[in-house]
Amino acid sequence: MPKLASFQDLEDLRDRLRSRRDPDESGPPKIAVCAGTGCLALGARKVIDAFRKELDERGLTKKIELKETGCPGFCEKGPIVVVYPQGVHYIKVNPGDVPEILEETVLKKRLIDRLLYVDPATGARAVHEDEIPFYKHQTRILINNNIKINPKNIEDYIAQGGYSALTRALSGMTPQEVVEEVKRSGLRGRGGGGYPTGLKWDATRKASGSPKYVIVNCDEGDPGAFMDRALMEGNPHSVLEGLVIGAYATGSAEGFIYVRAEYPLAVENARIAISQARELGLLGEDILGSGFNFDVRLHRGAGAFVSGESTALINALEGRVGEPKPKYVHTSERGLWNRPTLLNNVETWANIPLIINRGSSWFSSIGTEGSKGTKIFSLVGKVNNTGLVEVPMGMTLREIICDIGGGIPGGKRVKGVQTGGPSGGIIPQEHLDTPVDFDRLTGLGSMMGSGSIIVLDEDTCAVDLARYFVDFLCDESCGKCVPCREGLRQMRDILSEIVAGRGREEDLETLQEIAGLMRSASLCALGRTASNPVLSTIRHFEDEYEAHIRDRRCPALVCEQLISYFIRPDLCIACGLCRENCPQGAIYEGEGAEGESGAIMVIDQSKCSRCGICFHVCPPKVKAVERVSGKSSPSSAPKASIPSPRDAGKEGERR
Amino acid sequence: MNAADLKKVDEIIDGYRGQEGVLIQLLLDLQSELHWIPREVIDHLSERLRVPTSQIYRIASFYKAINLSPVGRHMIQVCMGTACQVRGAQKVLDYTASRLNIRPEETTPDLAFSLRKVNCLGCCSMGPVLTVDDEYHGGVTLERVKKILKKRS
Repeated sequence: MPKLASFQDLEDLRDRLRSRRDPDESGPPKIAVCAGTGCLALGARKVIDAFRKELDERGLTKKIELKETGCPGFCEKGPIVVVYPQGVHYIKVNPGDVPEILEETVLKKRLIDRLLYVDPATGARAVHEDEIPFYKHQTRILINNNIKINPKNIEDYIAQGGYSALTRALSGMTPQEVVEEVKRSGLRGRGGGGYPTGLKWDATRKASGSPKYVIVNCDEGDPGAFMDRALMEGNPHSVLEGLVIGAYATGSAEGFIYVRAEYPLAVENARIAISQARELGLLGEDILGSGFNFDVRLHRGAGAFVSGESTALINALEGRVGEPKPKYVHTSERGLWNRPTLLNNVETWANIPLIINRGSSWFSSIGTEGSKGTKIFSLVGKVNNTGLVEVPMGMTLREIICDIGGGIPGGKRVKGVQTGGPSGGIIPQEHLDTPVDFDRLTGLGSMMGSGSIIVLDEDTCAVDLARYFVDFLCDESCGKCVPCREGLRQMRDILSEIVAGRGREEDLETLQEIAGLMRSASLCALGRTASNPVLSTIRHFEDEYEAHIRDRRCPALVCEQLISYFIRPDLCIACGLCRENCPQGAIYEGEGAEGESGAIMVIDQSKCSRCGICFHVCPPKVKAVERVSGKSSPSSAPKASIPSPRDAGKEGERR
Repeated sequence: MNAADLKKVDEIIDGYRGQEGVLIQLLLDLQSELHWIPREVIDHLSERLRVPTSQIYRIASFYKAINLSPVGRHMIQVCMGTACQVRGAQKVLDYTASRLNIRPEETTPDLAFSLRKVNCLGCCSMGPVLTVDDEYHGGVTLERVKKILKKRS
């Protein structure tokens, strides 16, 4: 690719690309297959290979374009295939469906009903993306291009209007004007803190000292959040374009993209994006003939949750241990190598080209009073349609879960949602009508965080979940400051005792005391917010804590040491699956109860470790394994509770 | 370490010549070549970069992605992110561990498998998720785990 030496060169290239690739509606047939990590996990690679083979065998490779695209967000129904120009949206595609899609839909323009999305509520089939409820209720301005472009090809991004915001900023705006535009937009940091982005930019711009640095934080460590991965994998140039604009606005010549090690595809696509942008002259010296110089380096994380914290990330970039530093001095004044540094999250950067292109007043018309624009949430957990959901700030949790998410599977009751990752909290179902924005979530004792919404149903134990988060943070605490390191350990010990049925009356008070101390005395945000999961569960689900502590009972039937399993003799068909899978060898074959014929499986309670594997492997049609908590196994247990030597011998033979 | 390995190690180090703050990137690159970071490599790095061994160990032991002991031919990672957790990741982990007869973060004595907990792989829609080397498996059931392990042992 020849280097673009001027703004006009970029526009000429865009015109050429557009004339070659007609707009979606009228152009030649095109097959888009999602190649995001989610769809790949569900077998998209095999689907792509099958298309390639089929096109090759029919000699259609040149006529029909096969595109490996970014993630459109509906991961639950992957692999996703979209056929253009009609825009037919197929879900759960197998390699076996490929010849039929090619023959029927691509060539003969006919629909294949079984691959269409069926609305479980109405039974109606949806042909196009915008007819599917999951997409219909969203406002997709950041991730809408993911299914249209191949993230490994910069031309796709340019053909969709990419890098036009960069042209606008470099050719017609002063750096100060760019900063003012971002300020006016009301954009707040999408990484969790929600700090006004424009203020950060302004501070970095005004800070004395050079060189200055700009950084993309793609160390998305919040378990349950994957919007940054989807953007970095699916549309890396939108992030890169935002970064170049930010560098121009703050007067920086060097930038870094920090991607966590657990996202190999994001690393790969970011690397390709950087090298293609460099090749075209969108990075490097004298960008588009404007006289502005800027280049980017990619840095891979090495697996440390705390490194997502801005000062820790800067330490990691310097090649040191990714531990946070006290924030007496702002990163914008003294960050990377003690120079002024602007660090923003992936999604924040991706919003920048939109703001520059469409204007701050357009952006601030979306959202609520204090939180502008859209936010991408990862809607996961116990919900029917899981995936990435982009909605205007201010939509209620109930709308997100019910309208977009399609409700809770298995007709269960929603118990609450967990937002904000391990630093967030649990919001009980009575608050589901709260509009989601930075300030409302904080008011409920949770936080926006990076935007994970984990839906919990009645099978989730609030105490166990709090223990899970504390356990997680205990592993991830860097150990530098005492309140976080020791506080988490103490909380973990106490919570472990509670879930084991050894809780004490004073435990809740002790937990709250430790939490208060950690909140005021920890060095970084990890420690200061680490108590949120505990405090919010105590606040909203105190009765569950009391059931564990006073009655030694887990109402959600989750905490292993408070439940027991038994096999109902009236339902057991003695298929032996549970015995085969029991890691403790605690299941043996017994005789049915008086009057019942045939053998059944029996659990030896003294050997049982309550792992629940028998419960999960028992065939759904049989469902003979039952869980109980707070009471002893039913008296209907079979009479032959101790296997005789003869039985043991028989068991051996059968195996 | 044989001469060929040493040559590769030197090549990787040379690739970063003149850049600041590259130790973590170097360790990651070395690991993708050697699968783990042996003692001799750390000594060699220390000499080449003029960085004390203790400092390299401090960094290598802080980051989870760096292996300081040999790993199995297949690396199994069970995602323990929240979305996977609420869909039964603990059971998947317990079951995998009991099948392999090792604990998480250990390697089987025949060096066939290593088992590791990982905090979030970002495939939250299809939890519980388990990966074997570069392969992702979503919506994993205990039956699937059994098949996945059987295929590779």
